[in-house]
Amino acid sequence: MTGIIQLAHGSGGLESQQLIRELFFAAFDNPLLAEAEDAALIDGSKLAVSTDSFTVSPLFFPGGDIGKLAVAGTLNDVAMRGARPEYLTVAFIIEEGLEIDVLRRVVSSMNKELAVSGARIIAGDTKVVPRGAIDQLMINTTGFGTLIRDCNMRRISAGDHLIISGPVARHGACIFAAREEISIKGLMSDCCSLWPAIAPLHEAGLDIHAMRDATRGGVSAVFNEWAQQTGLTFSLRQDDIPVSAEVRGFSEILGIDPYVLACEGVFVLAAAPVDSAAVIDLLHRHGHPQAALVGTAEVVQGQATVLLHSAYGTKRRMEYPSGEILPRIC
Amino acid sequence: MKATDALLQMVRHRDAIRAFAERISTAAASLPQPLRIMEVCGGHTHAILEYGLDQLLPDKLRLVHGPGCPVCVLPQHRIDAAINLAQRPDTILVTLGDMMRVPGSRGVSLQRIRAAGADIRYLYSPLDCLTIAADNPDKTVIYVAIGFETTTPMTALLLEQAQNRQLDNLYIHSNHVLVPQAMELLLAGGGAIDAFIAPGHVSVMAGAKQYQHLVEKYRAPVVISGFEPVDLLDAVLRIISQINGGVAEVDNAYGRFVKTTGNDKAQQLVATYFEPHDDFLWRGIGRIPGSALRLRSAYGDRDAEVQFPECCPAPTEERPGNCLCGSILMGLAQPTDCPLFAVGCTPQNPQGSCMVSNEGACAAYYKYRRES
Repeated sequence: MTGIIQLAHGSGGLESQQLIRELFFAAFDNPLLAEAEDAALIDGSKLAVSTDSFTVSPLFFPGGDIGKLAVAGTLNDVAMRGARPEYLTVAFIIEEGLEIDVLRRVVSSMNKELAVSGARIIAGDTKVVPRGAIDQLMINTTGFGTLIRDCNMRRISAGDHLIISGPVARHGACIFAAREEISIKGLMSDCCSLWPAIAPLHEAGLDIHAMRDATRGGVSAVFNEWAQQTGLTFSLRQDDIPVSAEVRGFSEILGIDPYVLACEGVFVLAAAPVDSAAVIDLLHRHGHPQAALVGTAEVVQGQATVLLHSAYGTKRRMEYPSGEILPRIC
Repeated sequence: MKATDALLQMVRHRDAIRAFAERISTAAASLPQPLRIMEVCGGHTHAILEYGLDQLLPDKLRLVHGPGCPVCVLPQHRIDAAINLAQRPDTILVTLGDMMRVPGSRGVSLQRIRAAGADIRYLYSPLDCLTIAADNPDKTVIYVAIGFETTTPMTALLLEQAQNRQLDNLYIHSNHVLVPQAMELLLAGGGAIDAFIAPGHVSVMAGAKQYQHLVEKYRAPVVISGFEPVDLLDAVLRIISQINGGVAEVDNAYGRFVKTTGNDKAQQLVATYFEPHDDFLWRGIGRIPGSALRLRSAYGDRDAEVQFPECCPAPTEERPGNCLCGSILMGLAQPTDCPLFAVGCTPQNPQGSCMVSNEGACAAYYKYRRES
């Protein structure tokens, strides 16, 4: 890789993948990292670890704020591996001039979100940087949890049912709209902790093969990465993928595909067909009433892809997100 | 947004789509020969590929994709101008989103220049330039305007308001082009196209009337369409009906937004501030008489090409590369006919303009239809 870092390198699509694989994975190569899951399992233990840094403008948005995001986001990554999220470390990088009251609101929001999963912050760090060095506030959190059942994409097999836990793209659309001062009534981030919905799946002993929260790059990035890594084709029924009226309106106006926009409280799950009805039922009863079966993993001749089937008999690819998300001209 | 959802449920309803597909099949059976229908607009091309509408049509009907993607037809010397303008000292360059990733002749895009430090912003409403210019009185604010008849009125309105508010630091680099002139070139060029699906948003502004002379002169049906599956299938059906009935006329199948006369106020604004010129060399196509718009000379003090000529290279014919973009834009080839498609040419590493822009036909095929 050569050249300079552009925003596309951080947007969760092809360019991010390339940067991670060609620079970071190449440098830090080891088998635990190479699994490329949302959380890694420490050798020979049941300890799952994940880290994430958060920067969002505006800091407070409909449905959440950077604090809620920093807690829920990392705890969700731990939960996606099949672990109970228990501990977090937190690092605050603060721009000179930030009002302490703003920081207090963020911290209070973090506390509230920790309570949702019963997790605790056990270590931290504070840095203040000169005005202009960053935009107000960045937070890094590292999460730890105890493994209950190892969920990872290598366990996905042909025939697995694919479930999406709720309406997609709400966080991405909400932030995009807030940043550009486009007002869409009812458009809110889906930012939330997923553990309360996932714990009952473990308690019921359901055999979940893999889970991914559909953050940057949206559900499209999850399914495409799964297709690339498993060699299976992910065949989806477009009409069954939940999209809210607000997000649909946003997408139509700006010409932005909802499948590539980030979720912060929606995840994708692969399970054996025998378990999928029970998974959906439990998700419905634990805060995700729109969870839906959207397709299956299949073996096909040729290259593995993600296919989107319409209700009227046509099909198309669901593309791996790539480049910065830009609105169309007209 | 509930209303949007309700509308979409109608125009994307599977029963309606299937019913149209069946009626098209039946009607196409009586066609004397296969039909080549061109959708001029890049938005239509994307809708056709996104919904897979071509998969619903009988073999006798071939949809070919036209030059209606403003970024695809923008010649490299004009992209170079935008890049040069962005690198002027104390300058804020403002444009529409799709312009950000198009590389100029040196392989560098606005996105890349921005990452290297230039102040480049994209926006949805050109009128946001007024705020940027007012907030930055010590900077030169240049709006790189691009688009067909749909976006020109907003540029004209921007100019009018900049005049009214005496925002002397705001300039415009006009890359506005016109649809009927391009359609005429295609019709005059050898009869490869039997009928047109005419653009929806362009026609909202310019009116159904702007195609009348083409229909009379070349006897090819022109049907104006919206962007939903039902709209486009309806347009195809209406074209077949015209051909079967031996007529050629302008038919407005997007009546919920398009009037015969179009948007009078928008047209007046454009006429006040812009005049046609021939110096725009459509990429892959070349010079089309009277097909582009520049600021009238009375507004030369707002025209970036007049004020910063050192940044704006003279029009030069481009050497066609190995790709088939020129033929694709003329409707003579499909993206998958190109030997570079998805092999040497991808959205991350585009060789031709049809792959660069999101609205381009090659980008649409790559996104929705690529086999591997």
